[in-house]
Amino acid sequence: MISGAEIVIRCLQEEKVDCVFGYPGGSVLHIYDALFKQDQVKHILVRHEQAAVHAADAYSRSSQRVGVALVTSGPGVTNTVTGIATAYMDSIPMVVLTGQVPSFYIGQDAFQECDTVGITRPCVKHNFLVKDVKDLAVTIKKAFHIASTGRPGPVVVDIPKDITAQMCQFDYPKTIQMRSYNPVVKGHLGQIKKAVQILQEAKRPVIYTGGGVILSDAAEQLTRLAHKLNFPVTNTLMGLGGYPATDRQFIGMLGMHGTFEANNAMHYADVILAIGARFDDRVIGNPEHFSEEKRRVIHIDIDPSSISKRVKVDVPIVGNVPDVLEEIVKLMDGGFKTDPDVANWWKQIDEWRGRDSLRYKQSEHIMPQFVMEKLYEVTGGNAFVTSDVGQHQMFAAQYYKFDKPRRWINSGGLGTMGVGLPYGMGVLMANPDAQVACVTGEGSIQMCIQELSTCKQYGFPIKIINLNNGMLGMVRQWQEMFYSKRYSQSYVTSLPDFVKLAEAYGHVGMKIEKPEDVEPALRKAFTEHKNDLVFMDFIIDPGANVFPMVAAGKGLTEMILAEDL
Amino acid sequence: MLRHIISILIENESGALSRVAGLFSARGYNIESLTVAPTEDPSLSRMTILTSGSDEVLEQITKQLNKLVDVVKVVDLSEAAHVERELMLIKVRATGKDREEMKRMADIFRGRIIDVTESTYVIELTGASSKLDSFIAALDAGLILETVRTGVCGIGRGDRILKV
Repeated sequence: MISGAEIVIRCLQEEKVDCVFGYPGGSVLHIYDALFKQDQVKHILVRHEQAAVHAADAYSRSSQRVGVALVTSGPGVTNTVTGIATAYMDSIPMVVLTGQVPSFYIGQDAFQECDTVGITRPCVKHNFLVKDVKDLAVTIKKAFHIASTGRPGPVVVDIPKDITAQMCQFDYPKTIQMRSYNPVVKGHLGQIKKAVQILQEAKRPVIYTGGGVILSDAAEQLTRLAHKLNFPVTNTLMGLGGYPATDRQFIGMLGMHGTFEANNAMHYADVILAIGARFDDRVIGNPEHFSEEKRRVIHIDIDPSSISKRVKVDVPIVGNVPDVLEEIVKLMDGGFKTDPDVANWWKQIDEWRGRDSLRYKQSEHIMPQFVMEKLYEVTGGNAFVTSDVGQHQMFAAQYYKFDKPRRWINSGGLGTMGVGLPYGMGVLMANPDAQVACVTGEGSIQMCIQELSTCKQYGFPIKIINLNNGMLGMVRQWQEMFYSKRYSQSYVTSLPDFVKLAEAYGHVGMKIEKPEDVEPALRKAFTEHKNDLVFMDFIIDPGANVFPMVAAGKGLTEMILAEDL
Repeated sequence: MLRHIISILIENESGALSRVAGLFSARGYNIESLTVAPTEDPSLSRMTILTSGSDEVLEQITKQLNKLVDVVKVVDLSEAAHVERELMLIKVRATGKDREEMKRMADIFRGRIIDVTESTYVIELTGASSKLDSFIAALDAGLILETVRTGVCGIGRGDRILKV
């Protein structure tokens, strides 16, 4: 017989969890005591629970494992909600263990009590309240199973304090069967055959892929299929790295800030092969405009509810993406031939490409795009890039060419400012030798700046690329374009001296103000200060905007290009 | 905007109802009525939701419900032959000449009077929702003191069975 708290730790060990991000408190003291008595599961003490969840989330995003966070009841839980919702929107597998007041106090407004299951319900894949210590191990097993299978997502397990004190036999189930949860994995062969037929007939095809390719580790299968087909490939923000960005067939990211060629190809395609993507508003713009063109859509996704949600799909294929792609490749071996008209389509795409829609004008100030290009060069394209949310996020997505999956770590769906720094911590726990750049702005970085302290404690050598324009850049861009330059509350005054701030936390700080200093500073940070956290405060051109841009509610082809201005 | 009756088999766990109700409110789907109770297998509950929406919306409702981890099975009963019933208890004023009239109306609609006082009746009426609606419409609105309805429940005809 062992205690509930020890059961929690044993479960984590059984799941081969090597680290947990968390913050202790009253309701989880038994669990922290059990954690203290072993050394298999490492604990990273964050400075705010939100960061624990973001870090666990990035641990998952940057590896094929499930990130784990551990927090106390009440405010511990409410602080995690942003992080859980962030992971939920991007379908990130994660288990969040939360303490709860003793079961006999539940419902009595006890100290640090909140309705965890109720508060988190709309932003989790599933959640549990453990009511009996005998159910504890099997519940945690279920949590890992649910989080990591089907369309992945965060799962919360709420554990009352008395349960962690009770004694029980420990028996960890090897497998789990749930009559109510059996995600489909194998695609329907008839549908796959239909898809192959349509791919053969396509004259203006495009392969459009999203985060599903990354999450299901299908990058290799996708690349093989795309090369066999010789069709253009575009990625969503979440799908970057799912197909090598330096490949000739890659036409860039699509959507609100997608390339001219990607958005046009998507709009004028006669066949769209959509893989692990969900046609969301930032990707296709106005759905009415999008549906003006006649086309056939093949959609592969593990989640049936993503299919025909916003765009009518002709051939739905529900299944695990890599398996379905393997099936398609297999079927293509029997005398598959693409339409000769695809060559003309490529000519058209190359013409669009010739517009060079990511071109930007240098100025006397540092241009943010230039910093991204230099970051790419200096890191040899091999860094893990985490980002916050705003203009800098788009610049990173547009100018850092991701050739490998799980290297681009950002909050796509929820768009959570403040994730970048804790994301860097999560990446480093999953990939200890990685080069990690956190691309951020002076607005976002201040939302989780306290984690500089965590980074010092554990020696996380993150390179913070702060694109500082003294403005909430994306808000300012919209105000400039759509609100007649009324810059309501988008100007940040009283910024801290970031160099001193970094130094106060025991890190290295640099301020870079001239374009010619950009590359030397980056080189210094990634070589001389390889093992330090370096806060690089780049004072950038305050007028820089992200282009191309499809304004909200507009169609994909109604792009505003930098050259138009 | 067609009327649909969705039948759900769901694990009889605490919070299961709020997962379903929360899904409908979060995604802006209509709930006109919702009934739930355990089945012959006490580990399972059967829920019936009366909703409305276009074919696309109904497709999403079914898919989203199936996605809930606690949901075992979902069926749109209105897609094929089925029977549906709703129970209403209605308290009416029953004095003077209205007393006889109320009795007569209850008989016509095959209702039963299950509570009697000097001035009121409680009438129990079972049937399709439209029948309950017509009964209410047939009464003098001023005489209705209180109504309570269970919401629709339904079951497929013949061999159409919703079971694990």
